[in-house]
Amino acid sequence: MTEYSLSHLKELEAEAIHIIREVAAEFENPVMLYSIGKDSSVMVRLAEKAFYPGKVPFPLMHIDSKWKFREMVEFRDNYAKENGWNLIVHSNMSAFEAGVGPFTHGSKVHTDIMKTQALLEGLSKYKFDAAFGGARRDEEKSRAKERIFSFRDKFHQWDPKNQRPELWDIYNARVHKGESIRVFPISNWTELDVWQYIRLEKIPIVPLYFAKERPIVNVDGNLIMVDDDRMPKEMAAKAEMRMVRFRTLGCYPLTGAVESEADTIEKIVEEMMTVTVSERTTRVIDFDQDGSMEQKKREGYF
Amino acid sequence: MTTPTLDIYSYLDQDEKKDLLRLLTAGSVDDGKSTLIGRLLFDSKKIYEDQLSALERDSKRVGHAGEEIDYALLLDGLKAEREQGITIDVAYRYFSTNKRKFIIADTPGHTQYTRNMVTGASTANLAIILIDATKGVITQTRRHTFLVSMLGIKHVVLAVNKMDLVNYDQKVFDEICAEYKAFITQLDVPDVNFIPISALKGENLVEPTTLMPWYHGKSMLEFLESVHISSDRNFDDMRFPVQYVLRPDLDFRGFSARVASGIIRKGEKIMVLPSRKTSTIKEIITYDGNLDEAFPPQSVTITLEDEIDISRGDMIVYPDNLPRVERHFEAMLVWMDEKPMDPCVQLFLKHANNTTRVRFDKIQYKIDVNSLQKSSVNHFELNEIGRVVLTTNKAIFFDPYKKNRSTGSFILIDPITHNTVAVGMIIDKLNSEDLPSKIVDEKTLEANKSLIHRGECLVSDAQREKRYNQKGTTIWITGLHGSGKNELAFTLEKELFDQGATVVLLDGSSIRSGLSNELDFSPADRAEHLRRVAHISKLLNDQGIITICSFISPDESIRKQVIQIIGEDRFNLIYMDASLEFCKKNKPELYEKFEQGLIENIPGADLPFTVPENPTLVLKPENRAQNTKTILEYMADLKIFPIV
Repeated sequence: MTEYSLSHLKELEAEAIHIIREVAAEFENPVMLYSIGKDSSVMVRLAEKAFYPGKVPFPLMHIDSKWKFREMVEFRDNYAKENGWNLIVHSNMSAFEAGVGPFTHGSKVHTDIMKTQALLEGLSKYKFDAAFGGARRDEEKSRAKERIFSFRDKFHQWDPKNQRPELWDIYNARVHKGESIRVFPISNWTELDVWQYIRLEKIPIVPLYFAKERPIVNVDGNLIMVDDDRMPKEMAAKAEMRMVRFRTLGCYPLTGAVESEADTIEKIVEEMMTVTVSERTTRVIDFDQDGSMEQKKREGYF
Repeated sequence: MTTPTLDIYSYLDQDEKKDLLRLLTAGSVDDGKSTLIGRLLFDSKKIYEDQLSALERDSKRVGHAGEEIDYALLLDGLKAEREQGITIDVAYRYFSTNKRKFIIADTPGHTQYTRNMVTGASTANLAIILIDATKGVITQTRRHTFLVSMLGIKHVVLAVNKMDLVNYDQKVFDEICAEYKAFITQLDVPDVNFIPISALKGENLVEPTTLMPWYHGKSMLEFLESVHISSDRNFDDMRFPVQYVLRPDLDFRGFSARVASGIIRKGEKIMVLPSRKTSTIKEIITYDGNLDEAFPPQSVTITLEDEIDISRGDMIVYPDNLPRVERHFEAMLVWMDEKPMDPCVQLFLKHANNTTRVRFDKIQYKIDVNSLQKSSVNHFELNEIGRVVLTTNKAIFFDPYKKNRSTGSFILIDPITHNTVAVGMIIDKLNSEDLPSKIVDEKTLEANKSLIHRGECLVSDAQREKRYNQKGTTIWITGLHGSGKNELAFTLEKELFDQGATVVLLDGSSIRSGLSNELDFSPADRAEHLRRVAHISKLLNDQGIITICSFISPDESIRKQVIQIIGEDRFNLIYMDASLEFCKKNKPELYEKFEQGLIENIPGADLPFTVPENPTLVLKPENRAQNTKTILEYMADLKIFPIV
């Protein structure tokens, strides 16, 4: 007898494709939020798979805080062009022109204005009723209870006490005008699953994930890369070349590198299995206070 | 530059082939459930160092485990509940071993959280039910087992925890197992297993036990790694519920879905429901290449040899193995909403990529999850479970949940709040003798007639006319929603009453709140509703009473049916001739709701409304003051009232 059984990755892939198609079928105006990170890259490939041989029926939107690594922006534009994606890039331009940035305003204000507010602005501007995100439940404690279809009120806010029950693979996609749903198709993937999938599917990712000699400044234990001349001169002057890679990608002044020799996916996984620091600790924004991610989610951040 | 060791390649190659086991843990904090999960995560090296240090900090602040590390704190995600010390939602945890990947749905055990347990169970292959060895089988154990069985989980592990507190005594374990076996045999769980453990001490969790030499079975993790689950799915009944129609260009028409059950094969003849058109599978397409066959839970796209009209919600099946195609069925329902059920309100039912309206015909019983006692109720509250009869607006394609989890499950959505208010598992279609009484075929009707003997009436029509000074007559007012029918009807009733007539007013809201409360606004149910009204009116007219009937009655065939029942000679049709614009202004809330898609079946909007061919009178709502007078004059002229 043939055994009809899927590997865990194929099962997770089938689940994600089902979720992505369900959103395309049920919503009028969905969008896929694209952070240029590895999780986003996996999600984008899953969307391409879901509608093959057709084109994906919704755009990608990148919330550009204007402080992303230059390599990210370059990668984003090339990927969208080569794969025929409709890419929307949205920034909080009025705040940018007013000079908001992490060096001048601190991580908290910058993140709120250039990321959270910019995201809400972008979603409202295009009247998206559903937005895909690449968050995973294993990333952080408050995400473990997040639904796959996560309801947001008309202020884009999340109420952890008032989540819709979610059973089997039947998703409730009903919203009133102005309300929306955030959808997390790779909720059930772990960090290892993501790397394994990138490896098997040969998904292109930003080179910053791989170890290389980079100009690095040690800021209170965070290894910050000098990516452009907006870093204060006295800070940038302390830079030295170090062999590092990034476990997560975001705004360059807020994303710490880790010292590493891992320049292939296999070596990254090997390092991950032996190094015992979970991935979000390299994001400076999480340190503010305990439960800070939950607080940000309530306010509308992913 | 270093080269990765060979180990990592072989690790990744092996990892790629692992399958996935989704499991549910049920039990309360007191049973050591969180400690068990924390241990499994910890021992499988999933807990990272920084999470651990945060944990040590948290344990000192709010921990309930004294000086030891409180593994439970790893699991409680949200701030509020961490402080309260209870888990109030389903949390998903991930870990893997060398053999398998695991997703744990961690659900709390308190009575009020049946809803969460049901949620976690809906996707699980296996359930671990925790028992405290010092307490044995308790009410909560029975409740968890009942829910697990109702949700169709095929593998149950009874984890008898805290064996360290009973000196790892075999007798305690055996007694608990015997008691549990006696209970679970009444339910429908094919695979039941018993494992003695101590979560706190880590005994018999990962490594085989050394302290319980009398136990010869597998440790908890060994068991979870080896339990065979791939044959649990239904591979017999092919169901492909179309989720998305893929039309990138005019030449390509693909139908995308997850295979719900069975094996879909290239070249096989298929049938599409509800159209019952047939064709042959041409290709099974995926991004990674075409397949000869696909099985659950794969997500694929198929093309057919013939061009058939297929949309989302249709189901592709093999012609020799059809699901039920029914509007009436029975189901076990779990009420999930804070707001209690209102059995008169229609909801949306979402099932197999299909959404339709649904109403409750009957609540058979409520089942108490603790005692399994059945009782009769007229509605459900949050966390209550019971058996109901449902009728959908359009037929759905289903199998009993026991046979097919994918095509036997549904959710109910409130049309106003849009909350998921209930979930259900279909038992089966309803036996024909139990169907709601409105479904009557010609044969039964004839048979009924021969059984009923009409008594002889001793009061003549003439005597009644003399007594009431009126002729038993129906004044039937037709018109759109908001055309002013009811206003006219009530004014007319008042005038007639004041002048001494004996009159009864029948309108939509009074009949629908009682006699027709199981009917909706679809054309079929509307016809049935008006048939009932016509019979009431006829009975009253027979008794010499004047009736004023205010109903939209949108099409000529319905009106003809009504006339036939009441009798042409005493039927008077008044047509309120109002434009749609007037009606929208008059009843703005209703038409706004319609525009928002909250309600449907509105004659004149999404349903046709035909202007009557030969009305007795045509009135304009703008002439409000004149209209009642016109009717009264008409009635006087024809000597309907007053006769003298």
